Amino acid sequence: MFPTPVEKRSLPFNISYRVAVWIALVLWLLPLIAVMMTSARSVADINAGNYWGIPSEWMLIENYTMVFTQTPMLQYLLNSLVITLPAVLGSVALSTLAGYALAKFPFKGNVALFAAFIAGNFVPFQILMIPVRDLTISMGMYDTATGLILFHVAFQTGFCTLFMRNFIIGLPDELIEAARVEGVSEWKIFIHVVLPLIRPALAALAVLIFTFIWNDYFWALVLVQSDEVRPITAGISALKGQWLASWQLIAAGSIIAALPPVILFFAMQRHFIAGLTLGATKG
Amino acid sequence: MQTLRSKQQQWMPIVFLLPAVILFAVYVIFPIAQSIWLSFFEWDGLGEKTFVGLANYEELFTDYQFWIALKNNIYWLVFFMLAPPLGLAVALFLNQKILGIRLVKSLFFFPFVISQVVVGLVFSWFYDPSYGIFNNVLGFFGVEPVAVLSDEDWVTFGIIVAGLWPQVAYCMILYLTGLNNLSPDQIEAARLDGAYGWRMLWYVILPQLRPATFIAVVVTVIGALRSFDLVATMTSGGPFGSSTVLAYFMYEQSIFNYRAGYGAAIATVLFLIMDVYIAYFLWRMLKSEKA
Repeated sequence: MFPTPVEKRSLPFNISYRVAVWIALVLWLLPLIAVMMTSARSVADINAGNYWGIPSEWMLIENYTMVFTQTPMLQYLLNSLVITLPAVLGSVALSTLAGYALAKFPFKGNVALFAAFIAGNFVPFQILMIPVRDLTISMGMYDTATGLILFHVAFQTGFCTLFMRNFIIGLPDELIEAARVEGVSEWKIFIHVVLPLIRPALAALAVLIFTFIWNDYFWALVLVQSDEVRPITAGISALKGQWLASWQLIAAGSIIAALPPVILFFAMQRHFIAGLTLGATKG
Repeated sequence: MQTLRSKQQQWMPIVFLLPAVILFAVYVIFPIAQSIWLSFFEWDGLGEKTFVGLANYEELFTDYQFWIALKNNIYWLVFFMLAPPLGLAVALFLNQKILGIRLVKSLFFFPFVISQVVVGLVFSWFYDPSYGIFNNVLGFFGVEPVAVLSDEDWVTFGIIVAGLWPQVAYCMILYLTGLNNLSPDQIEAARLDGAYGWRMLWYVILPQLRPATFIAVVVTVIGALRSFDLVATMTSGGPFGSSTVLAYFMYEQSIFNYRAGYGAAIATVLFLIMDVYIAYFLWRMLKSEKA
């Protein structure tokens, strides 16, 4: 283990390290702690410039109630779910199929196709913006959840295929061959042999992609304009324009926007990190 | 029977690949070509397109705003490169087995999980000229308050610091995973040979962390060139376009100024810059694939 474990050091070192870790954590999260506290502040506090101290009175419930009743935040939250969940499902499904084909079927152009998926996943969004916007408009899907979902599915398929292919290639060929000798059809092999083996990878990928799509801001600006469809990232920044001085509302809204990915991260931490660091230990 | 089976093996991969390939081609591969094509036209986004050859690019290279955006993108690239070493430093600091360290590590990772729009808002407060904690701290040391986000000289650095916050968290996680997979034998052997501290880190640990470093650098470069969300939420490119980056400049020209052809030219330049890194990544990836 590196650095040397603190247990092997002197007692004073041990104590100061244990204290330092928590101080560092508070400093690291200071901006976020401030937002949390601001979401519980009163208007009087904000006007008096008490941005960073302890709120003089706690308005937690009042502020959050107001966000949900006076602003379209609830609508934004639902919109984000309506967009994110199908998009996650779609990209994971498509890329699992594609990843399996690329991992276990040698055919001409296999590597070239794989390279295209990887490269596409890294391109700047701006090079896609105008054509994707035109395409969405011409299909009558501008300002609809479907338009946004379709794009997310298509784009995330690049990263997801890379991910699934690299995971599936590690599965033993013998299992698939054995099923083929038994005369099982290729589709049934995929469903009954491959899918059960890749469940952890599916979970990791789904959690990761959920966060990516939930936090998308650029495409929410480009493909959507009305409150009825707008996801929470674009919603928050629209609120910022309308409620200029009401920091406590913006703060509460920010916390609400951050919560779903944070909860998901804590609930499925191991999967999340496994997904994120794929390739960081080998390759 | 044998031939039937092998036939199925021939066409099934096509069936498996088809939906993904079609969507990816329609929404990613094809639009790249369309954008490059569009960059040779003058177009307001709605009406007739007029072919203008290289005029958009000629205009671009004499456009003051373009050079500012490009310069800022270079700042982003250079200063974002602080993320991997900082992430490594945090990872080394937290790589201990004390009570509650798991929770501490996850909380350190927090900034990466939340949306950049929220990060942008948080840092706008942080820099607030009258009440922000940044200026409170400056005031404590007797320094005059700086309105970071409305100061042409400081604004880009202010945004980059906000961007580093989640990026350092990302690199930290990559390195923590790498540190978990170090070979204990090598470390013990090096300790017996009298290596410790910096020498140990440089000659024994870092070479073993190379895969983590590679991923950290790649995602950091991509992150720096993709910077859009923070610029859009914190300053909208201002004041007077001084904090714009290519990604935001392109969006502004196409959506607000109705200059889709010109926007496509900006996007093409950004795409060409990115291609250098994409090519390098692919080359590395395919090389390790063959080995």
